[in-house]
Amino acid sequence: MGDAKDILGLPKLGERGSTEKRKTPKDAIKKPDGIHREVYALTGGLPPIMPTLDPVSIKKRTLPSKKISWQWLPFSTSARTDNLQLYHWVRIIDDSQPSGDYAFAKYNKVVDSIRYTDEEYNQLLVDSSWSREETDRLFDMCEQFDLRFIVIADRFTPPRTVEELKHRYYSAAKAILQARAGPNDDLSDHSFFKDSYNVNHEVERKKALNIILSQSRQQDREDAEVIAEARRITEARLKAKGLEESQVSTRAALHVDTTPARLPSPAATGDISFLSVPVTVASTTSVQVTPVPTPASAPSSTPVQTSAPIPASTTPVSAPPPVGPRPPRVYLRGAWLAQQIHSVVSPAGVRTSKRVDQMLEEYGVRSKPKVPTAAVCAEHLELRRELLNLIQLQKQVQYKENELAILRENPYAEIPATPNTPKRPHRGLENERVSTRATAVGAEFEGFPSSGKPSFHIILVQ
Amino acid sequence: MSQAVVGKKYGIEQTEVSAIQRMQRVKIARLVDDNDKKPMVGRVKGVEVTIPIVYGSISFWLGKKAAESTHKWTTYVRSATNEDLSVLVKKVVFQLHPSFEKPTRTIEAAPFELSESGWGEFEIGITIYFHPDVGEKPLELFHHLKLYADDESIPQTTKKPVVVESYDEIVLSEPMEASFGRLRNHPVARVTGNPSSPLVLPAGESSLDRKGRDTKDHALVQWFMKHSEAEDLNLLTTARQQVWAAAAKLKKELGSLENEVLRIKATTH
Repeated sequence: MGDAKDILGLPKLGERGSTEKRKTPKDAIKKPDGIHREVYALTGGLPPIMPTLDPVSIKKRTLPSKKISWQWLPFSTSARTDNLQLYHWVRIIDDSQPSGDYAFAKYNKVVDSIRYTDEEYNQLLVDSSWSREETDRLFDMCEQFDLRFIVIADRFTPPRTVEELKHRYYSAAKAILQARAGPNDDLSDHSFFKDSYNVNHEVERKKALNIILSQSRQQDREDAEVIAEARRITEARLKAKGLEESQVSTRAALHVDTTPARLPSPAATGDISFLSVPVTVASTTSVQVTPVPTPASAPSSTPVQTSAPIPASTTPVSAPPPVGPRPPRVYLRGAWLAQQIHSVVSPAGVRTSKRVDQMLEEYGVRSKPKVPTAAVCAEHLELRRELLNLIQLQKQVQYKENELAILRENPYAEIPATPNTPKRPHRGLENERVSTRATAVGAEFEGFPSSGKPSFHIILVQ
Repeated sequence: MSQAVVGKKYGIEQTEVSAIQRMQRVKIARLVDDNDKKPMVGRVKGVEVTIPIVYGSISFWLGKKAAESTHKWTTYVRSATNEDLSVLVKKVVFQLHPSFEKPTRTIEAAPFELSESGWGEFEIGITIYFHPDVGEKPLELFHHLKLYADDESIPQTTKKPVVVESYDEIVLSEPMEASFGRLRNHPVARVTGNPSSPLVLPAGESSLDRKGRDTKDHALVQWFMKHSEAEDLNLLTTARQQVWAAAAKLKKELGSLENEVLRIKATTH
């Protein structure tokens, strides 16, 4: 900064008789040692508030106390069976070498290989589809390739499938182990026995995987849809059955009717497992789905069934969901009324339901009747319905008025389907309305010379 | 025995009488059998049984000398007409505040009530369990226990309790046949509707005498409130009339407005 001022020839702060030889500010300002002047100037020419590194300490680094050097040395590893001598760099600390096995020997995992004697072969392992040489070759390769059956299958002559090879190897090994095991040995922990190889299952599984893999994207989507639907249906059925079961447990066990409900569900789950034949299943399940609009309400006392898999609803379910107009089997009237109200009013929207509550207050009626008898509840519900009706009527009237207003201003205007005109407050302005109507009518009357019919009167009926 | 006498009196053959007796016995046996083996044959369609109940609490202040629990209160579920609820209700479970010892209290006999002493107000969960032959899930209610009166100007007195009761009705729609048989003649319930199918029911239990199970002579009966639907009904009917009138007016207005619009459209288009 001091330099800049010099360059520009600007007077410096605290100028003292400037024509004299100027003490270059460089020396005056330079305070720190260890860092360059310009770096110091970056901080604004002031020492930092927090103590940072002592500049003196930056110069030197502590020399390591120990003496470290590197040497090119031979080594041996337990992982190698031959006596190959290899060399590598070794870090020597204070003239002593690190000891211990080669660090990477621990990663040399091997599979215990099982070999049989001739007697064992003749006793246990004679098989119609496997000759002695083939079995020998198989076991050799297993040992060589660490049970990597894919590799073995590629190299096996005559060619055999992976499943066959696995099956032969595992069954042979199991037989051998069992024969060798004494009475005290516990083989059930051995992985061959814990996860025994099931060749048929494996074949099926791989076939299925292949099918899935080779399916086109569209088929994938179809499958996903069908599975989702099936899941939804079974869940609904399970829920209904769960409700049923909790009721059945309170009653005597001899209830014949529930059995038909149990039969269809295995059929339904059976459907899901056959989804590997996607297209046809999609059509059949869609047939099942449509006649069950709300699966939860299917178990009601009215006979509802089309295709067989839907549970026969002759089973009396004691707690059907209180949906719509159907009441539950046992309920408190107050709570039931609240539900009915909700189902009646809520489709109209939150604002209207609040408006209904407001109007109820205006009429002095409580939103929940104090004594909910049947008559009272019915009246209450009817009142709410009528209030809803009233509100809708009010909206219609308002809309019509808006239409009229538009028509007045522009008789040829097209009334839009949705009322996007500015809303007019409809309450308490009836007089105004009447007057505007009158004046507008008068104006129209004058502007229509052709309509000279004297009988063209507007009778405003209120 | 008397039957035989009657038979002789009316000259009916002895054998015939005994045959009739046997038939009657068989009939009764079959009925009883039916009842034992298939208690839930089915539901009575087209019928609704209403049991009006009242649930709530009565709380007495224990006076200035009271220690930590300043109030003694009783919470209960009773029939609105003070009849015996045990024909329908097997037990009532009151769930109290966790600070009470054993907060889940089960009352298995009428009168279904619970008395305790305490100092705090809280929400009591009431679960009503029905008899097995009613075959329904338990009903849950909630009641806020009130100890202190709203009007704070009146000082507390040990003589007058704070009573909060709520009226509600248990409705069994399409009840099970067995319980229906019991309930239909019992004063605790009101039956609406007609059974759509012919019934073979055991006789109602109204003939059985259950003394002391109703609440007509309860200790606190003087404090029970009267719940009448009259007030609500009146309010509702007047409100409905007003709303109906307003709706009619609006309809007329709508009609005239519609005419206006049509007229204008007709003249201009």
